[in-house]
Amino acid sequence: MMWFNLAKAQSFMPSQATEIAKQVDNLYGFLLIISLISCVIVIGGMIYFVFKYKRKTANDKTAYISHSTALEFLWSFIPLVIFLFVFAWGWYVYHQMRAMPQNALEINVLGKQWAWEIEYKNGYKAVNEIVVPINTDVKLLMTSSDVLHSFFVPSFRIKQDVIPGRYTAVWFNADKLGEFHIFCAEYCGTTHSGMIGRLKVVSLEDFNKYLEEGQEEGALPLAKRGEKLFALKACASCHSTDSDAVKVGPSLFKKFGAESVMDDGSKVKVDENHLRESILEPNKHIVKGFPKGVMPTFQGQLNENELNALVEYIKEMK
Amino acid sequence: MASHAHGDNYINCEKGLWSWLTTVDHKRIGLLYMITVMTFFLIGGIMALLLRLELFAPNAVQGVGGVLKDGNVYNQVMTYHGAIMVFMVIIPGIPAILGNFFLPLQIGAKDVAFPRINLLSWYCLMAGATLALLTLFFNKVDTGWTFYTPYSIRTGASTVLMVLGAFIMGMSSILTGLNFIVTVHKLRAPGMTMHRMPLFVWALYATAIIQMLATPVLAITLLLLAAERLFGVGVFDPKLGGDPVLFQHFFWFYSHPAVYIMVIPAMGVVSELITTFSRKVIFGYTAIAYSSLGIAAVSFFVWGHHMFVSGQSETAGIVFSFLTMLVGVPTAIKMFNWVATMYKGSISFDTPMLYALGFLFLFAIGGVTGIMLATLPINVHFHDTYFVVSHFHYVMVGGTLMSLMGGFFYWFPKMFGKMYSDSMARMSFVFTFIGFNVTFFPQFILGAMGMPRRYFDYIPAFEQLNKISTVGSWLIGIGFVIALITIIQGLRKGEKAPANPWGSKTLEWTVQSPPPHHNFDVEPVVTGGPYEYR
Ligand code: HEC
Ligand SMILES: [Cu+2]
Ligand SMILES: [Cu+2]
Repeated sequence: MMWFNLAKAQSFMPSQATEIAKQVDNLYGFLLIISLISCVIVIGGMIYFVFKYKRKTANDKTAYISHSTALEFLWSFIPLVIFLFVFAWGWYVYHQMRAMPQNALEINVLGKQWAWEIEYKNGYKAVNEIVVPINTDVKLLMTSSDVLHSFFVPSFRIKQDVIPGRYTAVWFNADKLGEFHIFCAEYCGTTHSGMIGRLKVVSLEDFNKYLEEGQEEGALPLAKRGEKLFALKACASCHSTDSDAVKVGPSLFKKFGAESVMDDGSKVKVDENHLRESILEPNKHIVKGFPKGVMPTFQGQLNENELNALVEYIKEMK
Repeated sequence: MASHAHGDNYINCEKGLWSWLTTVDHKRIGLLYMITVMTFFLIGGIMALLLRLELFAPNAVQGVGGVLKDGNVYNQVMTYHGAIMVFMVIIPGIPAILGNFFLPLQIGAKDVAFPRINLLSWYCLMAGATLALLTLFFNKVDTGWTFYTPYSIRTGASTVLMVLGAFIMGMSSILTGLNFIVTVHKLRAPGMTMHRMPLFVWALYATAIIQMLATPVLAITLLLLAAERLFGVGVFDPKLGGDPVLFQHFFWFYSHPAVYIMVIPAMGVVSELITTFSRKVIFGYTAIAYSSLGIAAVSFFVWGHHMFVSGQSETAGIVFSFLTMLVGVPTAIKMFNWVATMYKGSISFDTPMLYALGFLFLFAIGGVTGIMLATLPINVHFHDTYFVVSHFHYVMVGGTLMSLMGGFFYWFPKMFGKMYSDSMARMSFVFTFIGFNVTFFPQFILGAMGMPRRYFDYIPAFEQLNKISTVGSWLIGIGFVIALITIIQGLRKGEKAPANPWGSKTLEWTVQSPPPHHNFDVEPVVTGGPYEYR
C-alpha cells in the first residue's frame, strides 16, 4: 500500500495550512484550558475531600447539609455562561467555514468505493490527488456514486459528508505549500481505511502547468462535454441556451444563481442541487407556467460525470 | 412464608431451571438479565480485544500483527462489537439488572406492576439477540451499529435480520420502561412520596420515560429500513428517490436519547454510592432528581449534533449546537452535587466507592470532551475520528460500565447474601481504571491528529499511540477477569452477608440478605427521606 508522508502529522495536531485551521485551533486551545480548569475543580475537589474526610471510626457523625440555593445557582449559572460563550465563538468560526466564497476555483470531486475522482473545469481528471494553487479560494463540488463518504483534510480542519444523489460543497484557502492527507471519514465498506488521497498545494504557476499538461492528454473541458451532451440528449430542443426565448421548457440562459418560481408559488434558488434535481426528477417540482410530465426524467440515463458536465455547462450560460 | 415451604429467600424458595425460566419475581428476572448481559459483555469484550489487537500495528493485514483475516472481517467484528455492547449490554445493563432487582425494593413494593410483562421483556431481549446473532451464520453484517443508508441497503442481506433483532430488543426496552413508570406511580409504600424516593428510582423513572417515547422511533426506522431492503420502498436510497440523510435524522432521534438511557441510570447508582460511602445526606436532592427529568426532556432535541457535517443546513447546525450546550448544564450540576456530598462526610474506600470515584473522574473527562464536540467548528474536525470514539467510551464505559460495576459490588451482598473478597474487587478496579485511561486517552490525541474511526489500517504516524491503546485494552481485560473470579469466588465461598453491610438508609437494606420471596414480610411505612444520615 502507498502511504504518503505527511511532514507534521507526527505532532499533536496536524499542521495548520489554512486561516480557518488557526481559528479552529485557537478555539480548541481555549476549550482545552477551560476543560483542564473544570477537571481540576471537580476531580481535584473530589480527591481533596476523599482524603480530608476519610472515615476515621466506624461511627463517624457527619454534617447534615442538604442543599445551598446560592451555591447551586452559581454552579448552574457559571457553566451556562461559559457554554454559551463557547457556542457563540463556535458559531462565528463555523459560519466562515460554511459561507462559500464567490468566484472560487471550482473542482468536482466524486467519492466512490474506494477512491476519490477529481475533475477540473478543463476536463483534466485525476484519482486520489487534488492539486490546488496557494492563497486561492477553492470550492469542491462533491457527490458520490454509491454510498456515503466524507471528505476530510485534517490539516485544513475541514470535513464534509459526500452524499449520493446530491451535491455538497466545501471550501478552503490554503496558505502553505506542501502535501496533505485526504481521508474518508464516513464508513463506506471494505477499504474505507484505504480511501486516502493527497492534496497538493503548489504555486499558481505550477498549478497552471499541471493543468496544461493534463489538457494535452486530449480531454474536453467539462462545459464542452456538457454542451455535447445537451445536444445529444435533446435538451436543446426544449431549452434555449443563449436567449430568454421560451421553447417547450423554460430558457436556461443566465438561470444559474437566479431564482425560479415553481407552480406552487414557492421560489427556489437555482444552484447545483436544483439543476441536478430538475434533470433527474423533473416532476418533483414544476416550474410555474409549464406543464407537468413534459420533461422526460433522466434518472439512470446519466452517470455522475455526465451530470457534472451538464450542470457545469448550464452554469456557464451567461 | 407459609406458602413456600422450601426456603426463606427468593433464591431457594423454588428450585429447578424451569422455575427460573417461568419466574415472575422481579429479583429472579434481574438475575436472568444479569447472566444474559454478562454473557453478551464477554462476547463483545473479546471482540474489542481483537479489534485492538488488529490495530496494534499498521499494515497488519499483510504483516505480522494481523489477527483478523482482512478488512472485511475487521468491519464485521467492529459492527458486532458495537451492536452487542449498545443493544445487549449498556442499554439493558443497569435498568434491567439492578433496576429490576432494586426498584421495587427501594420503594417498598412487592414486585413491579406487571410481573408477567417483566418476564416477557426478558424473552424479547433473548429473541431479538438470538435473531441478531443468527446473522453470524449467514453473511455477516458489516454496517457498523449505526446501519447508515445507503450502505446498509446495498451490503449483505442479513442486515435485515440484524435490524429486526434490534427491533425486538427495542420492544424489551419499551416494556421495561412501561413497567417502571407504572410501578413508580402505583406501588410506592405508604409514606413513600415522590420526594422521598431514592435517586436511583428517580433516575430509572426518567430513563423509563425516554425508553417509552424514543424507542418506537427506532422501531419505525428499522422497519422502514427492512421494508426498503425487502420490497424496494424508496425511503432512504437515492437510487429509488429516497434521502439517505433522512435515515440519520430518524436514527439519532432515537439514538441520542438512548445515550441518556445508558447514562442516567448510571448517575442514579452513583448518587446511591456516594451518599452511602460518605455516610452523608445527598447534597441537592431536588436538583439531582429534576435534572434527570430535565436531561430526559432536552435530550429529544439535540440529535442533530451527530450530523454537523452530514449536509444539514447551517442553521440546523447552529440550533443543535446551542441545545446541546444546554444539556451540558444539568450534567454539570450533578457532578458538583456529588462532589459537594463528600464535603464533611465520613468517606470509606470500599470497592463500590472506588468505582463511584472512578466514575466521577472518567465522566468529568467525558463531559468536557462532550462540550468540545458540541462546539461547531471543533466538531467539524473531530467528527468521525477517534476523538469521538474516545469520548463516547469515556461516557459509556467510564460512566455507565464503571457505575454498573460499582452498583453490582454494592448490592452483591443483598442479591446473593454473601460477601466477596474486597481486596480482589479493588484490584479489579485498579486494573480496569488504569487500563481504561491507557486505552482511551491516547485515542483523544489520535482523533486530534486526524485518525478517522472504523479504520482497520492507518498511516505510520498513528502507530505509537495505537500501540499504547492496545496495551491498555489488555489491562482492562485483566481487570474484568479478576472481577469475574471475585464474583465466582464470592458466590461459592463468600461469608454470609448481614442485612445491611454498608450502613445504608434505603429500604432494600431493611430486609434480610438475600431478600425473602415477597420482599417485605410487613409492608414498610416510610416516614422520612432516603438518606437520613444524622
Ligand atoms: C421534451 C422537452 C424537454 C426536454 C427534452 C428537456 N427538458 Fe428540461 N424542462 C422541460 C420543461 C417543460 C420544464 C419545466 C417544467 C418542469 O419543471 O419540469 C423543464 C425544466 C428544466 C429545468 C428547470 C429550470 C428552472 O427554471 O428551474 C432544467 C434545469 C432543465 N429542464 C434541464 C434540462 C436538461 C439538462 C435537459 C437534457 C438532459 C432537459 N432539460 C431536457 C422540458 C424539457
Ligand atoms: Cu469511507
Ligand atoms: Cu447525541
